[in-house]
Parts: sequence; C-alpha cells; structure tokens
Amino acid sequence: MKKARPDAQPNKSILFFTYLIAGVFACMIGYFGYFLQFRGENVINNSYNARLDRFADRIVRGELLSNDGRVLARTDTGEDGTERRVYPYGSLFAHGIGYSDHGKTGLESLANFYLLTSHINLAERTFNELSNVKNIGDNVITTLDVDLQQAASDALGERRGAVVVMEPDTGKVLAVVSKPGFDPNTLDSDWDALISGDNTNAQLLNRAFQGLYPPGSTFKIIIMLEYIRENPDTWRDFTFDCDGLYEQGEYTISCYHGNAHGHQNLEQAFANSCNGAFAALGLQMSPGGVHDLAEQLLFNGELPLSLAYSKSSFTMNEGADTWEILQTSIGQGNTQMTPVHNAMLTAAIANGGVLMKPYLVERVENAAGEEIKRFLPEAYGNLLTAAEADTLAELMRRVVTEGTGSAVRTDAYEVAGKTGSAEFEYGRETHAWFTGFAPAEDPQIVVTVVVEEAGSGGQVAAPVARSIFDTYFAR
Amino acid sequence: MVNVIIEVSKYLMILLMAVYTYLNFSYFRYREEWGQKRVCRRQNVAMFLMHFVAYLILYLKSEDERVALFYLAQVVFLGAYIGLYQIFYRNLTRILVNNMCMLLCVSWIMMTRLSLDKALRQFVIVALAALVTWVIPFIMDRVWQLSRIPWVYAFLGLACLIIVWMVGNNSYGAQLSVSMGGFSLQPSEFVKISFVFFVATMFYRSVDFRTVAVTTVMAAAHVLVLVLSKDLGSALIFFVTYLSMLFVATGNWFYLLAGSLGGCGASVLAYGLFVHVRTRVAAWRNPWADIDNRGYQITQSLFAIGTGGWFGMGLFQGMPYKIPVVEKDFVFAAISEELGGIFAVCVLLICLGCFLQFMMVAVRMQALFYKLIAFGLGMEYIIQVFLTVGGVIKFIPSTGVTLPLISYGGSSALSTFIMFGVVQGLYILKRNDEEDYEESEA
Repeated sequence: MKKARPDAQPNKSILFFTYLIAGVFACMIGYFGYFLQFRGENVINNSYNARLDRFADRIVRGELLSNDGRVLARTDTGEDGTERRVYPYGSLFAHGIGYSDHGKTGLESLANFYLLTSHINLAERTFNELSNVKNIGDNVITTLDVDLQQAASDALGERRGAVVVMEPDTGKVLAVVSKPGFDPNTLDSDWDALISGDNTNAQLLNRAFQGLYPPGSTFKIIIMLEYIRENPDTWRDFTFDCDGLYEQGEYTISCYHGNAHGHQNLEQAFANSCNGAFAALGLQMSPGGVHDLAEQLLFNGELPLSLAYSKSSFTMNEGADTWEILQTSIGQGNTQMTPVHNAMLTAAIANGGVLMKPYLVERVENAAGEEIKRFLPEAYGNLLTAAEADTLAELMRRVVTEGTGSAVRTDAYEVAGKTGSAEFEYGRETHAWFTGFAPAEDPQIVVTVVVEEAGSGGQVAAPVARSIFDTYFAR
Repeated sequence: MVNVIIEVSKYLMILLMAVYTYLNFSYFRYREEWGQKRVCRRQNVAMFLMHFVAYLILYLKSEDERVALFYLAQVVFLGAYIGLYQIFYRNLTRILVNNMCMLLCVSWIMMTRLSLDKALRQFVIVALAALVTWVIPFIMDRVWQLSRIPWVYAFLGLACLIIVWMVGNNSYGAQLSVSMGGFSLQPSEFVKISFVFFVATMFYRSVDFRTVAVTTVMAAAHVLVLVLSKDLGSALIFFVTYLSMLFVATGNWFYLLAGSLGGCGASVLAYGLFVHVRTRVAAWRNPWADIDNRGYQITQSLFAIGTGGWFGMGLFQGMPYKIPVVEKDFVFAAISEELGGIFAVCVLLICLGCFLQFMMVAVRMQALFYKLIAFGLGMEYIIQVFLTVGGVIKFIPSTGVTLPLISYGGSSALSTFIMFGVVQGLYILKRNDEEDYEESEA
C-alpha cells in the first residue's frame, strides 16, 4: 500500500475521542463506586433480595430492642449450634416486630440487613471468619415503647381491633397493636392452623397497617376541612336543626341511635358528631373538591411507610348521586381507611399541618453497643396549612370538652380528638373509632384506636385511648 | 476449611487482578522493548496465578473432575496461544494478546461457576475462533484488495441485517439471530466489522461531499434496519461509530454537531414511537416501581452488585443465577457480586486498556484506511462495553448488548477475535514496515 501524506488532523480527532471515552468511563466508574459505597446498603435491604438469607450462614442474627433497650427479639444458640429466635414478650409485639421463620414480616423484615450485618471489631471478625465461627450481628433499637404497647394491648383486651401510637413532631411509632394476635415463639407449630382456610380470625394480618375500615365520623375532619376551604369566611355561620333524622327526598340519614341534637352550629355539630348536619353540609360542597382533598390527604395513593400497609380508598367524584354524597359525608359509603393512615392525618393536624414520616428503627448498634447508624426524623410535607391545622385542633378539642369524647376528658392533661362509629353491615354493631392527640396545646403523642363491632367510638374506643394517655402522662 | 480458602482466595484474586491491571497501564511508561516485555511476563504470571486460584475454588466447591480437566485444557490453550502468537508473529503487541487472555480467563471462571456445560461450549467456540483468526495478521499483510471493495462490504452487510430482520428469531422482543442447522448465528456481530471496512474504504477514497453523502445514506440504512429489528444496542453502536469515523476522516465539526443533534432527535423520536424503548427507559428511571416485572432484571442486578460490595461474596457464595440472562447481558453483575466491585472495576480498566491499544495503533498508522479501521473497531468495542456495563449498573438504560470476550455467545466471541486480529495485523504491518525502513536506512 502506498504511503499517504502524514496528516496531523485525523490523529487530533482520534485523541479527542480517546479522551472523551476515557472521561465517560471515569464517570461510569465513579458512579459504580458511589453506588457501592453509599447506595448499596439501602438498595439491598429489600425483601425482594433473596441474597440476604445467605448472610445468616455466617452471622448470628442480632437483637431487636425497645426504645429503652429491653429485648424484643433475640437469637439463642443451643449447644449443638442450632439457632432459635426468641420473643420474650410473646404475642405482645407480634405485628410490629413480626417474625423471621415463615418469610419475614414487621421489623424482622425491615431491619433484616442490619441484623445480619456484623460491625464487631475487624480483628475479631476476621479471626471468627477464618476459624469458621459465626459473627454476632448488629442490634437494632426500635422506636417501640414497651409500656405503651402493654397499655394499649391490655385496654383492647380480647376484642378485635388495632391501635397506633406515634409522636406527631418526629414520626416515631411508639406502639402498634393488632388483635387477635399470635405468639411468634410458637409460630412453627401454630402455622398450619393460622393459615388454614377455616380460620376466620386473620391473626397474621396487621390490622393497624393493613386493616381497611370505613372511617365513620372520623372522616368528618376531612369534610370539615373541605367546607372551611370552600367557605373560608362564612363557615362558622352554618346552622342545622337536628331531630335525629335527616330526610333528603327519598333518603334518610339518622344520627347515632337516633339522638336528636337540636339546634347546632358547625362546631357543635362536629363535637356531637351530628350526622344530619354533615350530610346537609356535604350536599353544599363539590364532590370533586372532596375527592381532590382526600387524594391530597393520601387516599388512593402510597403512604410514606416502610412496613407493609394497605392503600386507603376514596371513590366519590364529580357527578356522584345524592345518596353517595350523603353517605360519604358521614364517613360511610365506599370510603375505606387504615388505622395508621388516620393516625398520620391526626399527627399532621397536631404538628401544624406537617406530616412527619412514620418510622420504627431508631438506631443500629454493634454487639458491643457502639452506634453504627442513627435514623433522624424526616418531614413528608405539608398536608394542610398551619392555620387550618390550628382550626381543626381547636374543633377536635371541643369534641372532648363538650362532645362525644368525654371519656378522655380529664384535668391531668388536655386531649383533642374525634370519635367515630362506623357501620359496616346492616344489623351489626358499629366499629368504634377514636383518633386524637395530647396535650392539645403542645402535642406530644397521637393515639388512634379502632375496635371492631364494639359500639360507639365515644364509649368504646375513647376509653382505650384514655388508658394509653394515662400511661404516657403518668411518667 | 473450604470456607477459609474461599475467603482468603477472594482477596488474593482481587490482588492479582489489581496487579495485572496496574501493569497494564505501567506498560505505557516503558519505551524500550525489554521493559515492555518484562511487564508482559509479569502480567502472565499474575494471570496464571489468578486463573489457578479461581479454578482451585471451582474444583473444591463443585468436586467435579471435569472442572480439573477443563482447567488443564485452558492452561494448554492459553500457553499455546500466547507462545505461538509470539513465535509466529515476531512484532506483535503482546499486551493486547495478554488482555484478550485475561478477559477470556474471567469469562471461563464465571461461565464455569454458572454452568459447566455452557462454559465447555464457549471454550470450544473460543478455541476454534482463535485458530481461525490466527491467520488474519498474515492476510492483512498480503491482501491489498481489502481497500478496493467498499460496495461488497456495504451490500453484504446490509443483506445480512435485512435477512435477520425478515426471518430472525425473536429473543426478548428483538430480532437478533438466525438459526442454521442447530446453530444460532448473530450476523450483526460480523456486520459490525464489514461496516467499519466499508466506511474506511469510502473515506480512504475521498472525503468530498458526494462521498460523505453516499456513505451516510448507506450507514443510515444499516442503522435503520437494526432499529426495525429492534436491536437498539447495535443501532446505537453503528451510529456512534459512523459519526466518530466521519469526524476523524474529515475533521469537520459541523458534521459531528449536526450528527449528534440528529442522533438526539432520533432518540426522542424512537422514545415516542416504540413501546419497548419507553419500557426500558421507565425500568431505568425507577425500577423499584415495577420490581416484579419490567424492573425485575435491573433490580436483581443491583441486589447482586450491592450485596457483593467492594470485595465480593466469593465464588459460589452469591446468587448470580437470580438475574435473568446473567451469562450474556448481565455477566458484569455476576462478576461484581462474586468476585467483588474492585475486581469488576479492574475488568473495566482492562477493556479500556484494549481500547487505548486500538487507538495507539490508529494514531501510528500512516494510511488513512488503516487508521480508520483501527479507530472504528476500537470505537465499536468500547461503546459496546459502555452500553452493557452502563446498563447493568443502571448508569444508562439497558440496551441488551453483551460484554465482548466475557459474555456467553459464539458470534460475539468470533467477531471480537476478528476485530482484535485485524488490529494486531495492523500493528504487525506497521512494525514490519518500520523495520524495513530502518534496515534500508542502515
């Protein structure tokens, strides 16, 4: 081949591309390194990652502890090396802590990666690995509070239902109760009975996060907010005369047990949970507006929760017929809600409109008690304005001082809340709801209670909340 | 005891790989031949040690005697390949041969771990490919006509692509291969080479506007047929390679800019037109949203890489088989999971080292024809590495291309051997030329 005239230009272009490619690869390797160093842990701590189970071959699963350091789950190793997961409180923490033998649930699943990672000192770890001895996994300190959990569980007793207790200003979840429960210590022998098709008790279901209930009168908080938004200057002028039955054409809405509340302004109607007044209120509002507000308040969408939960649903929309509007306005109809969602909305009201992301893992420590990682409160965002939150808090305070929430009326502390008695099937007793916070002026704790098929919120659910508030404020 | 050996060997393998990679770049410091040769000898030591340690683990874990025999066959092959190449072609670039062998070692280790049967099949194909491509440098030195037949390259290549488009087997939504008597052939792998030859011959003739226009039309036809076959990874490789070759041949910034803008426009258009493009982009942007389905492969890959961390889980300690098509498109994730992130970065750097060798050859060739060939093949190689690794680590959307020399697949192995053979041939050509020149001077 003949020799072409040496030309510098193509070589310059070749160098240009060489540097370009080298630069692109540098970026890619940088990204890879960043992923391994900073993102990897978060990514692999996922229940879809089957690889974590392999860690258990080399690590003794760490302990789950309450917020004051009491052991909620530990692993005992027998003489022959067999390991057994032990839950000292039995069924008390069944749903929050979960289990790790038949798949993983609750904190056992959420904190799986930390429990199966060891941060004991490097020399000891290497020595153990070489001599084929398992390393001790890290311990996870949860936000769960043994006393509040116990109080909630005792107050609920043998009745079916759920309780969520959390801190409105941090999002820390202090208690998660769901009844009926199960004992994770004997899960293996009970398993077949628990999952049997004849079992209608659904003990494995975490009702606090996954149970869907009609919100009943607790939904009046949302109707109230929509009415205030639509009538910012005149909402206090609303009045209603209640004779226990509200008739609208062919439809009738009755108050709880047909109580006649008499002449009511809106504050009174809210405090007394007057169904007629709210049904009338609903007819004055735009169904599409209520729909939009419900979605802003996280109905039909994802909740910022790390444990398994169900999505709350709200279906009424523009063009809804009168019956649907009447039903939806008093929290009946097709609306479905989880207790934890109700607790989150209450927490946002208590926290000036800002929802803090609920969380259950406080920090991770190695077996020697040195801190490895700490989780800090994180805001999810504003669900409502501070002014709206103040107004709703004030209205909820009046529920307790002069309305259906008398069971939590006390001089020891000031509670604000809302009761609910949700019908779910004709002829059966209502689900009892209470959701509220205390102290009303400086909220420290939110309590949401639902008791299935038990009667009115004020008479059944509020007393459960009372005993949790009592426990909290007694110390 | 086996666990202890695996644990220690894990770090040993990373160390040997790091040493090898370091030598790969320290090579550029030596001007004299004896220094370069010493570097290459040390590389060979590191490679064979790493290879031995890996197969010791594979044997201990599988307790399969075929693994031991397979290891011996590989050692014989590697020794013969490195040794005979040197004896037969005096003036070769040894570092390129070394890098090929190292990447093959990594490939065989991973394939053996994933499936011994596939590893054996791959080994046979590689051995045949090595044998066939052996003569390429010899041909390059003697057959001048290679630069005279642009339209043969163009129409042959295009015809192959069209056939695949019409009668190709569908795999993961794209037509990639045709079956012939039990064999499945992926013609686009070979068209990659004929394409570079076509462009190089055209621009070697002339870079006036008319030639550029005609060449561009033919190149666009290639890309279009690939897009119609939904082989978007290859389409992208062809497109970028053509644009960069055009720029090297003409030095015209306008072409480069206009081409890049056109490429961006075409990407937006493809996003709007094709569902599978949107699917891939969606799976890239948030794979967690659809973890059971579209996001499954990439999230499994990220689990593998993340769980492996910097040092890896060790051979047989991870679950690479959880990733769909792990032995092809996602082999990089398997390497990262079991052999470690550091090891994986070393593999990337070795690929980059090969690319640099290609570019050095391109810079040193005098004739534009040869320059463009070395450059074009190098670009094709490195873009493919970028697309596959970038897709595996979620740096870019996944395009479904394989990692040359490492992924399972016969067509890819053979075409990569041809590429490396051609560049090796160019290097030998140049060195022989220089020697002749020095002798005639003396």
